[in-house]
Order: sequence, then structure tokens, then C-alpha cells
Amino acid sequence: MKLPKEPKASEITPESLYLRRREFIKNIALLAATAAGVGATLVALSGGKRVKGKVPPPAPGQGPPLAAARSPYSTEESQTPLEDVTTYNNFYEFGTDKSDPARNAHTLKPRPWTVSIGGEVVKPQVLDIDKILKLFPLEERIYRMRCVEAWSMVIPWLGFPLGKLLERAQPTGRAKFVAFTTLLDPEQMPGQKREVLDWPYVEGLRLDEATHPLALLAIGLYGRELPNQNGAPIRLVVPWKYGFKGIKSIVKIHLVAEQPPTTWNLAAPNEYGFYSNVNPAVDHPRWSQATERRIGELSRRKTLPFNGYADEVSRLYSGMDLRKFF
Amino acid sequence: MRALFPDGVPHPWLKPGVFIGSLAPIPVMIWRGTHGQLGADVVATVLNQLGYLALTFLIASLLCTPLRLVAGWSWGIRLRRMLGLFAFSYASLHFLTYLVIDQSLNLRAVVDDIRKRNFILVGFLALVLLLPLAITSTDRMVRRLGFARWKRLHRLAYVAGGLGVIHFIWRVKADLREPLIFTSILAGALALRILGALRLRARRKVAPRAGMAG
Repeated sequence: MKLPKEPKASEITPESLYLRRREFIKNIALLAATAAGVGATLVALSGGKRVKGKVPPPAPGQGPPLAAARSPYSTEESQTPLEDVTTYNNFYEFGTDKSDPARNAHTLKPRPWTVSIGGEVVKPQVLDIDKILKLFPLEERIYRMRCVEAWSMVIPWLGFPLGKLLERAQPTGRAKFVAFTTLLDPEQMPGQKREVLDWPYVEGLRLDEATHPLALLAIGLYGRELPNQNGAPIRLVVPWKYGFKGIKSIVKIHLVAEQPPTTWNLAAPNEYGFYSNVNPAVDHPRWSQATERRIGELSRRKTLPFNGYADEVSRLYSGMDLRKFF
Repeated sequence: MRALFPDGVPHPWLKPGVFIGSLAPIPVMIWRGTHGQLGADVVATVLNQLGYLALTFLIASLLCTPLRLVAGWSWGIRLRRMLGLFAFSYASLHFLTYLVIDQSLNLRAVVDDIRKRNFILVGFLALVLLLPLAITSTDRMVRRLGFARWKRLHRLAYVAGGLGVIHFIWRVKADLREPLIFTSILAGALALRILGALRLRARRKVAPRAGMAG
């Protein structure tokens, strides 16, 4: 009988290596676990919030499509996609990250809803939102929206001129300014549980600004009622001013004799003025306002005085030092 | 095998593991960017994430020594140089994104930004301070400078950390939670270092020539 051939000496695994194999596998496993742990932690810390729970689906807007007349005030520029308009919002009542409102605004109940109009008016009134919707013919206004943070969008709003509603209440001779107030309800607006800003959000316009035909009360966008995160059920749009002037989810419109307080001005008076007209020549103390990034574009474009609406509105400010009244 | 896990090193998996994990945010960012998951303003998101990572690594590198002082963990020290270099790399990527993509290489606008805006100036200064630290991070440079001088030079990392935190605070509009978390961790690390140095000095006074501190 022949015995099996002995393996050659060179084929035998050295003992040290044999013992090391286990060690090696253990080390590889620990390496992989460390890499995964560190990687996942970093991704979660640096970028987790912006994509938490996937990107929210684009809000279709609420209710059935609304009929609206075209407006000569609309721009021909290409519109920012609905998905971006409804998932990239500054609405601190629902969180300070721009993706927060799309995730959190479902707690807002836009019905039933009333808006009280009062102060220096002959006919103070409390109007139900559904009544307001029927008061005036709806217009589609495709406006540029320039945020104070130096980004911009083009949004097809639905609404009617603010001036028409004010006219209905008949401002008295003492009325010089219009003061707006957002809903105050931390249950519906959980962001109000933290004192990031002085709640409720308030804004204001001079009466001649408010009655300018470009000043819009928007109740919808992209052909339907406003999604909650965009300020349902009714919000202000003042296209020649920085976006934060466009107060959302309005419950109160009061005509007043004195310039009313405004939220961002209260938070940082040297950074956000009462007027806050878009002005490439007057920088925000911390960043330049000379250029902006149109959402969807990579490089910046020049910011235009009054956001490109100078022909329509610059006469409102003739003789005013716009550096002083920023 | 020997190259990957050299003999005689405790936890030989630690450094390569942290290295690979520290690179992970880049492919994740690229994947999300190409799949429309970086939000409406992709450039702003990339800028924010890179800046956040730079500050995270910088502060992590500054925690290595305090962790040894407090908890006796010495493994952190072996990671310190790598963490610092990651901080520098992410800060450089952050700046390059700003320079090349955000500002489209408009040098005049960038110089204007740095000159006029403290928020950008302090961030830029933090990056400038990290540069000599990155250059002198090799063993050879430590020998060339001498350890005492090298150590003094690398205290600049704390200054860079402070400037980075201020850069973050000045960037936000109203919500200061995150920048203040960074600030308190940095302040804690600094306090522990000072406390450690004071204790060492006190011990040296009691027993002079007690030998080198380990």
C-alpha cells in the first residue's frame, strides 16, 4: 500500500500565520465596524436632517384646481419647480431648517380660518377665508421671490391685490401703515414653542406700499390653494422686498397711524430694516446682496434693484435715502 | 497583512477604520447630489455640510488630549494628526466650493467678501491658520522644529477652532443651538487643557525634577 504523499514543506502554512488568521479576521471586522460607525455618524451629523425621512413628496397644493386670470405683472422667466417651492421654505413656526416646514406643517389647520381687519378703518370686519376667496377675482401672478439669504425663486402665485381688501374696509385719514399678524398657536405651529423669534410673527407696510397693485394677498400657488408650508390659507407677497416681508398664515390686518413693529427688525435691527426693499447696493452686514443664486442654478446672477420691479415701485421711495431706510 | 495591521500596535483596526469612515461623507454627498437629495439649493447644502465636517473634525482633534487627561484614553492621541488633517481637508473643500462654484472664481467678489464681512474673514483666517499646522504635521517636521516649538505652534489649532465656531455663529440668522453646542465642546476641551496644565505645574512645584511627564 502506498501512503499519500506528504505535502511539500513550502505548502505548509507557517504556524505564526495560522494563528494570525483569526486575529486578522477579527481586525478586519473591527475595522469595518469602526468605518461604518464613524461614517454613519458623520453623515448623520453633517447632513442627516436635510434628508431625514427621504425628501418629502412635492405637496400638490390643496383642493381642486382654481381658475385665475393671467396678469400683465407676471414675469416670463422660467418657474421654479413645485417641488423646490414646497420643500425649501423659511417658516420658523415649523422649524428653522428649510426642509422643516414641508415635514412639520401638516399640523396647521387652514380651515376654519378667519382674518380680522381693523384699526383705523371705517368698516372693521372679520372675514371667513372662504368668503375672502369669493370676494375678488383670482389672478395668477408669476413673481420673482428674492430671499434676504441671497437665493431666489420664480413662483406662480394665485391671489388678489391687497389694496382691494383694504379698500373694502375703508381706511380712515389717520391710517398710514398696515400691520399684519400670523396665527399664534404653538399646538398648530410647534416652532412657536421655542423662542427663536418673538411670536407671533408680525410684519408691516406703509399704506402706499400696501395699496400698490403689485402687493398681493396670495391664497394659492401653481394653480391650487397654498400648501401649509407656504403660508396657508392666506399670505402676503411683496415681490420688490425680501421674502421675509411676505408674512404667512395671516389672521390679522390692522391699519395704524404709526410704523408697526416687524419681527426680523425686532430680532436684529441692524440687519433687517422696516423697508427691506431688495437692494444690491446695500449689503446685509454679514453677506453681500449684490448677487443671488436662483434655485436650480449653480452660479450666481446679479440682484436687481427692487428685485427687477424698479419701474413699478421706485417712485414710492423718491427722495428717500435707501441706505438709511434699508 | 502586516502592512495593514502592524505588530505591537494596540487596536490596529482603529486608525484605518476611522480613516475610511472619515472619507464616507464625500461619496454619500456625491450620490445624494446626483439623486436630487441635497435640497433645492445644492451649493448651499454642500457648503454647509463641508463646513460642518471641517469644524467637527477640528473639534474632535482638539478632544484627543483632554480625553486622555480625563478618561485616560490614549488611543485618541494616535488619531489626532489624522483628525486634524481631515479638518484641514474638509475646510479646504469648503473654501474651494465657495470659491469655484458659489462665486464662480470671481476673485474680486471673494476678496470683497473677506475684506468687508467679518463672518467670512474669520472663516478664512481659520483656514489660513490650519495651513501651517497641516504642513508641519509630519514626523520629520516635528523633529525639525523640535517638539517644544512644534507644540507651541500647534496650539494655533485652538485659535482656528475658536474662529471656526464664530464663523458658524455669525452665519445663522436666529437659531443658535448647533453653533452653541460646538462652542461649549470647544470651551470644555480648552478648560480641561488649562486645568491639566495647571495641575502639572503644581505637581512640578511640589516635586521639582520629578522627571519627564509621561
